[in-house]
Amino acid sequence: MTTVTSVHEPAASLSGTRRARPRDRWNPAPRRTPYTFIAAAVLLFVAVYVVPLGYTVYLSTQKTQVSGRGLGPGARQQVSAGFSNYATVFGDGEFWQSVLRAVIYGCILIPIMLGLATLFALILDSQRVRFQRFGRLAIFLPYAVPTLIGSMIWGMMYLPGFSPINSTLHALFGMQGINFFGQRIVFLSVANIGVWGGTGFNMMVLYTALRSLPQEVYEAARLDGANERKIALRIKLPMIRPAVIMTAIFSTIATLQVFNEPYAMHQIAYGGVSTSWTPLMTVYQDTYTANNVYLGAAESIVIAVMMFVLSAAVLRITNRQIFGGEAR
Amino acid sequence: MSALTIASQGMAPTRKRRTSIVPTGVLVLGIAYALLPIVWVAIAATKTNTQLDSYGAFQPGSSFWANLRALNSYQGGVFWTWMLNTALYAGGGAVLSAIVSALAGYGFSKYRFRAKGFLFTMILIGMLVPAVVLAIPQYLLVAKIGLADTYWSVLIPSIVSPYGIYLARLYAGASVPDEILEAARMDGSGEWRTFLRIGIPMMSPGLVTIFLFQFVAIWNNFLLPWLMLSSENKYPLTVGLFTLLDDGTSQPALYTLVLLGSLLSILPLILLFFLLQRFWRVDLGAGSVK
Repeated sequence: MTTVTSVHEPAASLSGTRRARPRDRWNPAPRRTPYTFIAAAVLLFVAVYVVPLGYTVYLSTQKTQVSGRGLGPGARQQVSAGFSNYATVFGDGEFWQSVLRAVIYGCILIPIMLGLATLFALILDSQRVRFQRFGRLAIFLPYAVPTLIGSMIWGMMYLPGFSPINSTLHALFGMQGINFFGQRIVFLSVANIGVWGGTGFNMMVLYTALRSLPQEVYEAARLDGANERKIALRIKLPMIRPAVIMTAIFSTIATLQVFNEPYAMHQIAYGGVSTSWTPLMTVYQDTYTANNVYLGAAESIVIAVMMFVLSAAVLRITNRQIFGGEAR
Repeated sequence: MSALTIASQGMAPTRKRRTSIVPTGVLVLGIAYALLPIVWVAIAATKTNTQLDSYGAFQPGSSFWANLRALNSYQGGVFWTWMLNTALYAGGGAVLSAIVSALAGYGFSKYRFRAKGFLFTMILIGMLVPAVVLAIPQYLLVAKIGLADTYWSVLIPSIVSPYGIYLARLYAGASVPDEILEAARMDGSGEWRTFLRIGIPMMSPGLVTIFLFQFVAIWNNFLLPWLMLSSENKYPLTVGLFTLLDDGTSQPALYTLVLLGSLLSILPLILLFFLLQRFWRVDLGAGSVK
């Protein structure tokens, strides 16, 4: 292989490199080429991610100063606020309550969703179970339903007049209707939408992980007399642990920024879900309804920083291991 | 059916034909739970407003066609404009996203260059800061430069997908062998030609997956267009139906339209899922395409 390389060296250098210098094996291209490949992505990334974040950081240090009675042009000015917006955020009970609600929501959602996703993935991967093909599609299907549309549908199913759940409970057990928008139950109502929408996707992640395991191990276990349930719990589950952890981390990050489900619920019945039910709803409320862009910006930054702390953990796990074998 | 699949892969010759009751039962419950809202909305979409209250939850109504006509004529057929807009945002955005991701993923996987580690780490961090958190900052900036309420304000943020770039790098690493690229170079193929003729075809199954993920992500997006757009004829379905629901709280007659609209808005994606099943490979981390 190396001898061939040296023979054809001149051909490669025609395509741009001026001086034939000893180049390493994986970089026979002109120096600029790699940058032209990544240019579009990097430029867009800067425009869509970096600049807006930078602008938000800037806004978060500003405030509106009202001079006189705040009437007329120039009476409202944007002036530097230092860290006062952050001080407001840290002292804002409403904001931290919304963070707390997101945490509670996550503590309900994530174990149930991932528990079900793992259960169904293991069932789909077992033998002697029927409807597996259809089940895989059906349970994955809610992923195709936009979160907002799914939330609207569930929200209407929760409405007292419509609710098929309540009418079924009434028909079967003669039970009184559940108020799905009650102060505490609403956590379950919102979490249920998340479980419904998220189980299928995570199930597919775990199922894919299961399918990529070496099948011989199961054969050996079967020969030793293990039944399907034992194989699932003792062999498969430990082997897909990394995938389960990964889905857990991603779900945790997604939870902190939950918006669509509670926002739709809020729209359907104002009572149960307040305008500042989750952190992102608080940001929306402060930025648009209360028209305080600067406070909203500071809240966005605080949320983003919390995400970064979570993200750092994920990075440590993924980056090195996965791309270890490539050219660096 | 599934037994056939497993058997055809040549394993488990000792498998018995008997069905396991408990796991099958649990799976059936899961199927019922997943399909419940879809079935309910399909039935509810056939009802008149009074039938919604008076009929049982799963008793079909009599006014599907009337509802459809009402939806058709609602504000001069704006629902179909929303549908078209959504197809444009999702289709256009996902195609561009797949192209940009393919370029970047290939670049990151197949070349060494200065700041590679730094740039890729930045993009990974971007992947972990979900787009929803960025929507408000993006809106503030877009409003500042006067692009708010344009198609571009929704399309441009949808093009760059850190997850797509991440996947493309995995796919390029897994499915395009370095030896083949080296051979192409020796035969005098330029870097771009090699990418177009060898890289793209070998990565193409993965690129379809990236397209699908991004298509669904844009189709599902709500907050970004909700913030960016103010004219009704530029709305995607999610935003349009949400405003319809908003009006519905004061005009209950609109609920039937919301229900039918919701049903119609999820049908294209369900179709897409069934048609392109084999491209749904979700493998966080391991990165194998096969």
